[in-house]
Amino acid sequence: MTKIKTQYNRRSFLKVSAAAGGGMLIGFSWLTGCITDKESKEVLAIPNEWYDINGYIKIGDTGMVTIYSPNPEIGQNVRTSMPMIVAEELDVNWEHVVVEQAPLNTGFYQNQFAGGSLSIKLSWNALRMAGAAGRRMLLEAAAKEWGLSVSDLSVAKGVIKETNSERSITYGDIASKAVGIEIPEEIELKEIKDFQLIGTSVKNVDGKKIVTGKPLFGLDFKTEGMQIAMIQHPPAFGMKLKDFNQEEIKKMPGVSDAFMIDITIPEPSWSDEKGFLQLIAIVGDSTWPLIKAKKAIKANWEQVSELESSEIHMKTMETALMSGKVEKSRKDGNPDEAFKKATKIIERSYSSPFLAHNTMEPMNFYANVTQDSAELVGPTQTPEALEGSVAKLLNLPIENITVNMTRMGGGFGRRLYVHFGLEAAAISQKIGAPVKLIYTREDDMSQGTYRPAYLSHYKAGLDEHNNIIAFSVKGTGLPESSIFPDRFPAGTVENYSAEEISANTNITTGAWRAPRSHFTAGAEQSFLDEVAEAAGKDPIDFRLELFDRAIKNPVGEKHDYEAKRYAGVLKLVKEKSNWGEQKPEIYRGVAAYFCHDSYVAEVLDIALENGQPKVKKVWCAVDCGIVVNRDAAKNMIQGGVIDGIGHAMYSELTFNNGAANEMNFDRYQLMRHSQAPEAIEVFFVENEIAPTGLGEPGLPPAVGALANALYQATGQRLTTQPFANHIKAQKLLG
Amino acid sequence: MPIYNLKINGEIHAVEADSDTPLLWVLRDQINLVGTKYGCGIGQCGACTVHVNGNALRSCSLLVSQLQGMDIVTIEGLSKEGDHPVQKAWLEHDVPQCGYCQSGQIMTAAALLKNNPNPTDTDIDAAMNGNICRCGTYIRIKEAIKTASKL
Repeated sequence: MTKIKTQYNRRSFLKVSAAAGGGMLIGFSWLTGCITDKESKEVLAIPNEWYDINGYIKIGDTGMVTIYSPNPEIGQNVRTSMPMIVAEELDVNWEHVVVEQAPLNTGFYQNQFAGGSLSIKLSWNALRMAGAAGRRMLLEAAAKEWGLSVSDLSVAKGVIKETNSERSITYGDIASKAVGIEIPEEIELKEIKDFQLIGTSVKNVDGKKIVTGKPLFGLDFKTEGMQIAMIQHPPAFGMKLKDFNQEEIKKMPGVSDAFMIDITIPEPSWSDEKGFLQLIAIVGDSTWPLIKAKKAIKANWEQVSELESSEIHMKTMETALMSGKVEKSRKDGNPDEAFKKATKIIERSYSSPFLAHNTMEPMNFYANVTQDSAELVGPTQTPEALEGSVAKLLNLPIENITVNMTRMGGGFGRRLYVHFGLEAAAISQKIGAPVKLIYTREDDMSQGTYRPAYLSHYKAGLDEHNNIIAFSVKGTGLPESSIFPDRFPAGTVENYSAEEISANTNITTGAWRAPRSHFTAGAEQSFLDEVAEAAGKDPIDFRLELFDRAIKNPVGEKHDYEAKRYAGVLKLVKEKSNWGEQKPEIYRGVAAYFCHDSYVAEVLDIALENGQPKVKKVWCAVDCGIVVNRDAAKNMIQGGVIDGIGHAMYSELTFNNGAANEMNFDRYQLMRHSQAPEAIEVFFVENEIAPTGLGEPGLPPAVGALANALYQATGQRLTTQPFANHIKAQKLLG
Repeated sequence: MPIYNLKINGEIHAVEADSDTPLLWVLRDQINLVGTKYGCGIGQCGACTVHVNGNALRSCSLLVSQLQGMDIVTIEGLSKEGDHPVQKAWLEHDVPQCGYCQSGQIMTAAALLKNNPNPTDTDIDAAMNGNICRCGTYIRIKEAIKTASKL
């Protein structure tokens, strides 16, 4: 039996209950639930009365249960998996559960953000506790009703039974009496082996709404009297707005107002990253006239800093690697001396360009700002940060700001940044009416918080027995290096050095799915593939030898990973993919990576079709602790693999005179159907470790496995992304 | 502004709009059919796919003035109960991640299956290549199309 100390007193539970009851109905039907399948055996009636059990759970008199999902939904499926955890401990029939998005409530919910693959990891205990506390309250209510003690009762799927009799009562029937029951100081959690819901495959609670086109996303949100707004930003990084043909634009059909806004706030935080703080805003009552008005803008811009180009970017990074100041480093042994003793030295540089996030739903936000309050609704990964920044912008107390979250058409890190919410607020304040700000795709792609550009240099030395005796990596990027000095292979090589150098740019950057890992995994894992080849070793055996060293006799004081789990996923993928088996005209690559506290190893098969590489199949072995929603977890990993392959192979954002050359999907390439792998198989390591990251860790190893398979297929070590630009055709044909 | 009579999901809607207004914005802003999504505005991503006389077309690139007398179907009109074989197959395979592109994917897939009830992988790739899924649900989409072809 696991006992856990409750963190919340009764007052905080009740406080959030009240909040959750009131401000939820943001123009969306609330019944999003799990009861969407008409054929489900037992459909409950909509309750007449709902009883707030605690801030996560509301039970209706018919037995229907509402579970609030606290975190933003960006496609990582937390609106299904977080309520599953509550439902498991509450012990209810999942068919009787409906899910509602919780509002931002920093006083009660914890970590209401979508980032770092942290939603489940950080809320695992809180969600279990919420469910278990609810179950306990309902049991106490039943015990009181019957004059028994809780130990005389058992519960299964929302029905409480007296152990020694036939008497039973449903949650729906006892819920009214459970309201306000004191929560004991300690409550029991289920044993992991007794889980009935966690670990199964539960369908997306919004699935039916998605496939029937119901309004779910920020861009779909509407209120009575709402205006539409668009913005125009300067044409290049390094430029600033001076003025524009305001009177002319205001007179255009469908335009009700046009003006300049400034979203500068005091003490901006990392989530306020934004290249252009002064913007032109155009307002009207429908979208198309605003798109036309945007094209008619004639503005004066002034140059305030350098207009950078991709050539300048590469030179800046090369200079930084040669002569830049090392900011962070790790050193074990004496790499310089060891390299002198090495009989073989392998060296490579790897680089990748800036990337845009390109969520399919462009940035948008709804704001309704009045004299003393502001209501914001829309797609944000960081509602709390948005609330804080809006309070600063409008100079209002934080409690007068409300933020509600819609489903998001993708996040990938882009919606960690809150400027579009601030812009909506500034526009609403200026016009004194509710407004929904919409970015065009061009707006979205040309003023991003991009994935930084990176350049890393790797070097390894082997002795005469082909043992790796020295390893060094030096990394830079615009603006940050991508390497993690304490990650693998730190701890496995006697003489090791890792150095980080940053470099300057005025291009705005930020977190992009699996920040830094997405690049470093590709570079490091293809470099190690080359080192293994030079050592004459099988790439998996070569890595397993290194992990063995980290397990038995690690180098240095610490390293970030558990070598056993790392080796575990490699062994699993080796087995599942029949590694070592030769298939005609199939070329294989392998990679493994650790990030977001999870371990993923991947084997990737390529064939050449008409001389072009085609990814046929990918095998993934994943150790992310307990898997909450099995099939949805596979979907996440599959998506990560496709994301990794697609961006490494095809995508780049280049600059000329400070402006992005790719501003829409005609020039910016994202992977398409015909380029996707034919199959991706996902295998999870079964254990009882509390869940770790899932949304990001599937991506990074895909890049390395791809590069390594491409080498087998083409004989080329591809080191510059996007790979498709650098594969030499004659090699393929030969 | 001129008025256009559009037949959408079996109903006639009188719409007042500039002649160059794309169908996409008429659907979203005026008729409140927001299942058709804005993704790129230049016919490159497929998020705004609708059926016009049974063909899957990009509503961001169709002008309201070209569509009188045509039979327009959006995701909301694909089936009354959300039980078109493609929709059912999408749920069976739990395809969506973020879900934003899926109405466009479904509309393209439904048109494909109408013309080609048993598509090969190559047929599916060719028909679906104009529909981007940033989350990477391509494999499930292909599986779902194959399932739908048997329903």
